[in-house]
Amino acid sequence: MPASFRAQSVGARSLGARGVAVAAALVAALTLLPLLVVVPDALSADPGEAASYLLRPRVGELLTNTGMLFVVTVPATVVVGVAAAWLVERTALPGAGVWRTLLLAPLAVPSFVSAYAWVTVAPWLDGFGGAALVTTLAYFPFVFLPVAALLRTLDPGDEEAARSLGLSPAAAVVRTVLPRLRPALSGGALLVALHLLAEYGVLEMMRFQTFTTAIMQQYAVGFSDTSSSLLASVLLTLCLVALVLDLLARGRHRVARVGSGVQRRAVPAVLGGWTTPALVFLAAVVALSVAVPVATVVRWLLHGIAEGDPLGADLLQVTLSTLGLAVLGALAAVVAALPGAWLLNRHRSGLTLLLERTTFIASALPGVVVGLAMVTLAVRWARPVYQTVGLIVLAYAILFLPRAMVSLRAGLAAARPELSEAARSLGLSGLAAFVRVVLPLVAPSVLTALVLVALAVNTELTATLLLAPTGTDTLALAFWREASELDYAAAAPFAAVMITMSVPLTMLLRRQILEER
Amino acid sequence: MSELKILGVSAGYGRETVLEDVDLTVAEGTTTAVLGGSGSGKTTLLRAVAGFLRPGSGTITVGGRTVAGPGTWVPPERRGVGYVRQDGALFPHLSVAGNIAFGLPWPRRRHHDRVLELLDLVGLPAAIAERHPAQLSGGQQQRVALARALAPRPGLILLDEPFSSLDTALRTATREATAQALRAAGATTILVTHDQGEALSFADEVAILQAGRFRQVDSPRTVYREPVDAEVAEFLGDALLIAGSAADGSVTCRLGTLPAHGYPAGDVDVMIRPEQLTLTRPGAGGLDAVVRDIAYFGHDAVVELDPAGDESRDPLRSRVLGVDAPALGELVGVSVVGRVRTYPRVLD
Repeated sequence: MPASFRAQSVGARSLGARGVAVAAALVAALTLLPLLVVVPDALSADPGEAASYLLRPRVGELLTNTGMLFVVTVPATVVVGVAAAWLVERTALPGAGVWRTLLLAPLAVPSFVSAYAWVTVAPWLDGFGGAALVTTLAYFPFVFLPVAALLRTLDPGDEEAARSLGLSPAAAVVRTVLPRLRPALSGGALLVALHLLAEYGVLEMMRFQTFTTAIMQQYAVGFSDTSSSLLASVLLTLCLVALVLDLLARGRHRVARVGSGVQRRAVPAVLGGWTTPALVFLAAVVALSVAVPVATVVRWLLHGIAEGDPLGADLLQVTLSTLGLAVLGALAAVVAALPGAWLLNRHRSGLTLLLERTTFIASALPGVVVGLAMVTLAVRWARPVYQTVGLIVLAYAILFLPRAMVSLRAGLAAARPELSEAARSLGLSGLAAFVRVVLPLVAPSVLTALVLVALAVNTELTATLLLAPTGTDTLALAFWREASELDYAAAAPFAAVMITMSVPLTMLLRRQILEER
Repeated sequence: MSELKILGVSAGYGRETVLEDVDLTVAEGTTTAVLGGSGSGKTTLLRAVAGFLRPGSGTITVGGRTVAGPGTWVPPERRGVGYVRQDGALFPHLSVAGNIAFGLPWPRRRHHDRVLELLDLVGLPAAIAERHPAQLSGGQQQRVALARALAPRPGLILLDEPFSSLDTALRTATREATAQALRAAGATTILVTHDQGEALSFADEVAILQAGRFRQVDSPRTVYREPVDAEVAEFLGDALLIAGSAADGSVTCRLGTLPAHGYPAGDVDVMIRPEQLTLTRPGAGGLDAVVRDIAYFGHDAVVELDPAGDESRDPLRSRVLGVDAPALGELVGVSVVGRVRTYPRVLD
């Protein structure tokens, strides 16, 4: 009997599970759609023409510019982010809670609003210097957030063990803390890099050319998909290089805490005479990254009101249409992310690994590439959907699906399969167990995912510029239009609404540090 | 409460067979401990009974009702089988009261009396009812998990290593509270464990599971004193195995001629538990020995003995009460208490 018999695990082979897998595979294919449109399009160009196009000095200049920005901004965000995280989480600095919030606040200010503020405050600051300054100030929280979350939970036991093995305090940090920070640091730096590659607003405002700005300009001059696709392919290649560098930098070893027992909090380091310089440093970071843009927006807002600029109706309408797109985009991204998130939590297989990789690659797609791909797709094969709400919502779903995935997976991890089993053995049907156990545990993370995506849509500029449906205005578009015409007072109200609506984002992210594992 | 009958059950995952043709009967209101090492198939057995794993063949009946068999499959929620896992698996979004009342029908979930009754049954204070699982100690979580499983009055309770994640002191207390609650509820119970002491002290019957088959199912005394073979004997506790020659209900070996049962005649292996070796004055026992080493535990002590005048022979090991522990290097007599167990000779 034993040879011929096969037993099955209940539920694993159900029709439902297969349906979820198919849905997840479809979504994965959808997220890679931009790649599937842009790359073959670039390859279809005549090789000689493509080569002569790509080998122009202009492309070299774009590469140099991108490289220069990388070399300055990535290390600068790492230094500022790590220093701030260490000061807030591991020292006895006064007001750590307040600083934690303030250091995340730059995420509530869209980077192009920050650039607008700096342009009006310091008009002499443009080109490379302005670009590097504004991107550093806007992006350092990408490093601060994961590093602070990790430092907060890092058990001091490792450091103590290192000290008792004869290492100096500094050597103990270098040899025990730094290796464990590696994934957080590398992940943060990757986010900075990808944002740099995708950035349009800041660089355009600072008149600093990179691939993204070049593609946008080319599009404005006249839609020629092949040359745009060529530039976009170079941009995509750079994004994938950043992904690979991150994978290499993360290392393969397990850095999570091993062993059991109660985890302890580290004793905060006493700064003594360094307290004042530390406070000055944090205050300067917050002043430059938050206070300057917010104060500028408020100043122009008051200026506009004093001049008697009308805002009311128009502002309200733009806000409502932005919210509408944000809600649709959030729903689309979260619904699309659900099957994959479920599959990644419940079934480990070759397929799910592929799915994970796909999401990872999708997270590197810049808005300009997604936008361009959607335009190409619509113009070539589906003219009627060009400049429709459906197309832009699809673009948002592709663009922000990885974000939704992250928080959905965290929520699904809380709804462990054992809990459903416990409910079943207490007499609940599969559906009842889902309603009474899985849903309550997952609901908060679904909500978080919806809010995160909606806020991202709220301030999305690049893809929106390419895909905005005719007659639809968004806060980012309206702001951009006014700011481009140097009507800073008219732009201010839109910026003010965007910043105000992004405040919940800061709160959500703050909770993420405090509740980290 | 119901009787559990497992007949010819084979089960596994994918193409891998974990349980092979297993039979087990747990009488109504009794507790059977399934004792096995990791990978022996204990959890697979529980999952098949609970309804989370469909056996490839065989029949499982609970209280006379077939829940799994050829052409029959009752889903877990309609089996009336409670399942307590190693980690408790409490619902993190519900209070203790919410957890305990979870499996009750809707109108009764509102009433607190059943919750309080169950908290009392598992020995927890009523004040704990509004707390959340994260605010409980490991032992409290296990007791709440047990109360939750008992609440719908299941015919059968399955305990999957419920004490193994607790530290020693907590484990004993939780085990006692659990045994008491199960007795009071009159529950038919299967306890799965890898801890010999736990299995022997907790259960009415102990089933030894190795490599997906039951090697022996008997009362705790029988499996310990009369294990079916040397391997089971060593699995259940310290065992001394020496060569001997059996005839007429006794066996002759280097410790003298001893009353024996098991394999009746000829060359045999003799299994003696260390606590069967008692220390006497030199010359008064079956042989004399020198105390080579002592591991003193307080309540008892394990004494390593070198048989006197015979360096080549393997040392003997005796477990004595702490108050009777000899001194290192002392010459003592060694005699054997009670019957010893014999097996067909496999020793060289």
